[in-house]
Amino acid sequence: MTAPHDGAVTPGATRAEPRYCDRCGEPAATGTHDGCARARALEPPRYCPACRRRLVVQVVPTGWTAHCAEHGASIG
Amino acid sequence: MTPPVTTTSPAEAATDPAELLAAARQQALVEGRGLDERQVLAVLSLPDEALPELLALAHEVRMRWCGPEVEVEGIVSLKTGGCPEDCHFCSQSGRFDSPVRSAWLDVPSLVEAAKATAATGATEFCIVAAVRGPDARLMAQVREGVAAIRAAVDINVACSLGMLTQEQVDELAAMGVHRYNHNLETARSHFPNVVTTHTWDERLETCELVRAAGMELCCGAIIGVGESLAQRAELAAQLAALEPDEVPLNFLNPRPGTPFGDLPALEPREALRTIAAFRLALPRTILRYAGGREITLGDLADQGMLGGINAVIVGNYLTTLGQSPDVDLAMLDRLSMPIKSLQATL
Repeated sequence: MTAPHDGAVTPGATRAEPRYCDRCGEPAATGTHDGCARARALEPPRYCPACRRRLVVQVVPTGWTAHCAEHGASIG
Repeated sequence: MTPPVTTTSPAEAATDPAELLAAARQQALVEGRGLDERQVLAVLSLPDEALPELLALAHEVRMRWCGPEVEVEGIVSLKTGGCPEDCHFCSQSGRFDSPVRSAWLDVPSLVEAAKATAATGATEFCIVAAVRGPDARLMAQVREGVAAIRAAVDINVACSLGMLTQEQVDELAAMGVHRYNHNLETARSHFPNVVTTHTWDERLETCELVRAAGMELCCGAIIGVGESLAQRAELAAQLAALEPDEVPLNFLNPRPGTPFGDLPALEPREALRTIAAFRLALPRTILRYAGGREITLGDLADQGMLGGINAVIVGNYLTTLGQSPDVDLAMLDRLSMPIKSLQATL
């Protein structure tokens, strides 16, 4: 399982429990997510680990931001 | 996926490796003439044992005709996702079940990204949008963004906004856009297996408009999208005929939810052989490491730099992450390859 937000959560946002894999969106407790974890070294998160919503992600040359409508933004 | 169409088998082009490399040395290194399609296919078909010698020759060609400097570039996605086209390798197509959602970058963030890119020593900053071609809203955003970057950052601005009309080409040139990127992506004979929503010839048309307007042309490819070696050679010849200023080489990074999501990444030695072959086809062109090199080459990136590459994209890509710029800059330092200065790019 990848970390819920491997960057800092912006002030005011909620750091949620990692119920879902933030790469594939499947339940974190189901199956293995080792491949997702490896891939995440070169990818931003795509799913909110708390609610599985797809994140609005902006990648810039030196980082990324990922925004969940319910749980706020994280940066990396 | 439709099987690739092979026009010439590797065996047909096979020749003695030593003989082939000697001919390539004379033609590409001594005379500065690129190898033709048949010769490129022969190079792509060389055995692994010949790879060190091939890479060394490609490096000599690069050093002789391009010099030791490396052009460093950063790229940013101004408009992400929701693209109406169906490029089968791309996670930004709105036609596939990809997790990438639409997003727009605002102008202040664009300027910050350009500043961060310039701080790495980069001389190029490319603004990219996932579109078929720019509409009025996107052109307005680009106009504002280019002006803001040029006012705040000492860096060349490039754009990649899909297919253009003559009016849009003229407007981008008038904005001061230094270079325009529009990739052929793959060989003409393979293109219908990769994209069905527009044609290879439509892409070529935009490239020709860009050249005619006096902007530098950046026109590259994505390697490993099911093309045969013959089609890879065909692509190299088609790029060479276009005479672009820069050829970015992307390697397929299979993206979840796309039609090519289950294709394997290219084998590293095949990627290195491809780099060297493209250098021998394009002796004087900027040949840039672009997306997918991290997953394809891993720790072998140095070998590509010593096998024909003379430009890099530093930092992240459009929807995926790259290495830290520090890692790439350390690689260039280790290889004693100076970063090309802004003055040298003008």
